[in-house]
Amino acid sequence: MAFNKDSVGGTLIAAFIICLVCGIVVSTAAVSLRPMQEENRVLDRQTNILVAAGLYREGINVPEAFAEVERQYVELGTATLVEASEVPDDYDQRTPSESTRLSDEEDIASVRNLPKWGEVYLVRDEQDNIETIVLPVQGYGLWSTMYGFLSLEGDANTIAGLVFYDHGETPGLGAEIENKNWQALWEGKKLLSDNGDLNFEVIKGNVDDRTPNKDNKVDGLSGATLTSKGVSNMVRFWVGDKAYGPYLKSIRESGN
Amino acid sequence: MAKINVKEVLFEPIFNNNPIALQILGVCSALAVTSQLSTALTMSIALTLVTAFSGFFISMIRNFIPNSIRMIVQVMIIAALVIVVDQVLQAFSYGLSRQLSVFVGLIITNCIVMGRAEAFAMSNPPVPSFLDGIGNGLGYSFILIVLGAVRELLGSGSLLGYQIIPLVNDGGWYLPNGMLLLPPSAFFIIGFIIWALRAWKPEQVEEEDFKIAPNSRASDVL
Repeated sequence: MAFNKDSVGGTLIAAFIICLVCGIVVSTAAVSLRPMQEENRVLDRQTNILVAAGLYREGINVPEAFAEVERQYVELGTATLVEASEVPDDYDQRTPSESTRLSDEEDIASVRNLPKWGEVYLVRDEQDNIETIVLPVQGYGLWSTMYGFLSLEGDANTIAGLVFYDHGETPGLGAEIENKNWQALWEGKKLLSDNGDLNFEVIKGNVDDRTPNKDNKVDGLSGATLTSKGVSNMVRFWVGDKAYGPYLKSIRESGN
Repeated sequence: MAKINVKEVLFEPIFNNNPIALQILGVCSALAVTSQLSTALTMSIALTLVTAFSGFFISMIRNFIPNSIRMIVQVMIIAALVIVVDQVLQAFSYGLSRQLSVFVGLIITNCIVMGRAEAFAMSNPPVPSFLDGIGNGLGYSFILIVLGAVRELLGSGSLLGYQIIPLVNDGGWYLPNGMLLLPPSAFFIIGFIIWALRAWKPEQVEEEDFKIAPNSRASDVL
């Protein structure tokens, strides 16, 4: 037999050919299906923004409903609004083309590179007052970065909701950040304490009537201390001075 | 070589040689994805396809696979197929792929796939290996669908998302059993299925490793 599959050379050749074929099959599938996956991801993202804004109902036309939502760009760390035309078309806040490196002390949510611009989604009522502000947020949990949307009421202080659309937390423990019952605990919580300082926290254990500043605190997830801490830091970072803080402050002062 | 009986290859693994109930393989994913019928169904289809096609391809090149790296080659082919299945799910059924999340990827490590590749596909021609994969996939699917149906019906009063039993919360009479939504309940149900199968087909009962001594009387001890 000319080809001895069990010789060293034969083994190497067989391994190489199999690797090559498998590689081609996998990459063909990945490349040819990418456009549809992208579409699904965009739709999922829009759905999540609508859920965070409290506009999502079962069976609605998502792109249509999403068209009602106003999108703004903010220069993060400032209150300056940026024209959409200044932001590149393919700009993605998750992998920003323009960003600044954060120092370790500032970077409580392990964002590493702070994007230059941040998206904000606004829902307005008929009188043109801001009803809901939806902010994309991301932060490191236990295993990897969690991506979600935090929505605030028009006062830029009361939390209206929090949803996650991508994370790699432990199923059954940290992945409970997707649990609707837990997310419902966030509604009505305040970011600021009475004197106006940022005072929000996800605590270990449950919040009850005796907890001091209970309006600023959310129950931690049991069995997922590090994930809860990550979520806490994530919220504190994105509503803090480095990110959307100044923008939210200007909304609080001017009302729009 | 003995002629392969198609019917036997296909249907034997459902009751007589069930991968979960008799061989006790693939239990991990059976616990994880069966809290709803829809995820159980998707997982069943995904696993059946992967087992069938991995059997087919591995058997096709079985005379070419070097003996020293045959396990790695099998895993590689299985892994490639799993990635393709995962990509297809992400493209066509994004919601389901998010619910199944890590478990589709874990089909790679599902003992059933690897077991069939090593035990059947390496020594049989492609078409019977394909059928064997389908058969074992069906055996796995059978258990998963029973688990999914029981757990969803009793745990949330619905099937495939349609409310069957009105829940107390919505003004009905049924108080859902939350335990059935948790993974341990799948253990209990698998236990009941194995019990039922072995009561029906006593030849599946394993021989005892140890003989338990007859009960001793209290007076013997004292």
